[in-house]
Amino acid sequence: MNMLTTFWDTLRDIFPIVAIIFGFQYLVIRKPIKHFLKVAIGFLMVWVGLSFFLLGLEQALFPMGELMASQLTSPDFLPAITEGAHRHWSDYYWVYIFAFTIGASTTIAEPSLIAVSIKAGEISGGTINPFTLRLAVALGMAFGITLGAWRIVMGLPLQWFVLGAYCLVIVQTLRSPKSIIPLAFDSGGVTTSTITVPIIAALGLGLASSIPGRSALMDGFGMIALACLFPIITVMGYAQIAQWRSNRKPQKEPFLGTSATKSHQGDTNAL
Amino acid sequence: MNVIHSLALQLKNSLRDLLPVVLVIGFFQIIVIRQPLPDTLALLDLALGLLFVVIGLTLFIKGLELGLFPLGESLARAFVQKGSVTWLLLFAFALGFGSTVAEPALIAVAARAGVVVSESGLIENSSLAQTSFAFTLRMIVALSVGTAVVVGVLRIFKGWPLHLMIIGGYVIVLLLTLLAPAELVGIAYDSGGVTTSTITVPLVTALGVGLASAIKGRNPMLDGFGLIAFASVMPIIFVLLFGIFGLGLVAEGTS
Repeated sequence: MNMLTTFWDTLRDIFPIVAIIFGFQYLVIRKPIKHFLKVAIGFLMVWVGLSFFLLGLEQALFPMGELMASQLTSPDFLPAITEGAHRHWSDYYWVYIFAFTIGASTTIAEPSLIAVSIKAGEISGGTINPFTLRLAVALGMAFGITLGAWRIVMGLPLQWFVLGAYCLVIVQTLRSPKSIIPLAFDSGGVTTSTITVPIIAALGLGLASSIPGRSALMDGFGMIALACLFPIITVMGYAQIAQWRSNRKPQKEPFLGTSATKSHQGDTNAL
Repeated sequence: MNVIHSLALQLKNSLRDLLPVVLVIGFFQIIVIRQPLPDTLALLDLALGLLFVVIGLTLFIKGLELGLFPLGESLARAFVQKGSVTWLLLFAFALGFGSTVAEPALIAVAARAGVVVSESGLIENSSLAQTSFAFTLRMIVALSVGTAVVVGVLRIFKGWPLHLMIIGGYVIVLLLTLLAPAELVGIAYDSGGVTTSTITVPLVTALGVGLASAIKGRNPMLDGFGLIAFASVMPIIFVLLFGIFGLGLVAEGTS
């Protein structure tokens, strides 16, 4: 029963997109689709795959994540304090570690990030390693979520954090190789789609409701925003490290650069 | 044969991708939390769920490579050959709007936002006002994503520098944050993150990369990416603007 509803819901999500694509293909472009059978099988696989994925998430990862979020923030689990005393923010250390590790690990398994990294690997001609890119995004994501958790514990206004992150993004933008910037900005948006959002939301809600003086409704928001910004910073950081390393190599063997590294160099020279 | 081989390879990758999550959860359950699982969560169900996730991820990624990616790129190329920018922009808008308006994550956030806003007294505290606020918010976010994809596609055509536009967007966000009602700021920031769904991202990426490779003088790496970046910033701007100018209208309309 549950299975059927998930398949139906996914179909309803995909349908508008399929309708738009095929509508424009046949009404505006008026050309038959090449390899129609292959494309149709691909769409079928996307539908079945996404349904199974969501079904599995609902059955295993989400209840588990929510359970752990509430267990880690419950007063029974946290170190004992004397009556009426205020809890120090460092009492929540397991929450921060959980936020970091669950943020990083779920980002690695995020389907839309895998999709973007495949494309990036393809068109960069091998200068970008898809898996390293995903690691960089996962690190940024993990850092953003941890910072978001800390913000909820401290009760600081979200604006300061977003402002700070924006400033970092701008500074990084000015210093990174030009070719990575669009990809870096995109990786901020792709990280929060399927797996991570419900688990972060559960963590934020658990934290906000266990800490006196926080409202679950008001303070629960904002974690996603930070989780979107830090991947931009880490991806540009990854590009800077890669550039720094490739700049060191040519000094030893100046004539052996491949065409890919040459175009990369051209980019950096243009800056 | 070839298909089966590549599926098996993808299955191996999916297992590798999911391993960290399993390790993290296992570590916390066994070493940190050390509490028995509640009866509602049987270990067998969890294992079955993980199996579903692995199968689903494998099929999804393979399906993208077979269907969505090639179709997105061939569509982009066909639009460039046709030479009609109007149709392309219309397509871009429809894609952004259509994929966002029914997005489950957005519906959930909008519903929660309706409750927050009515409790803080910005709109009337009734379920009718909340529903109408949630619906308006959804429409505004969908409209903003449609606009974002249009602006992003225009940028690829004209070759405008992405970083200046996005930083400009950030500056607008910061200025609007100062003016918008505080209750709406968190909602606005989060609405930028929930809009990009698992199907939209690959399709929009394929569209951008396809356009940048089909148009002369554009570099797919420099110009092909960036559509998703617009789709994450634009909703923040639209929702903040709505908080400044539109909130009064919704409040009047329902009272």
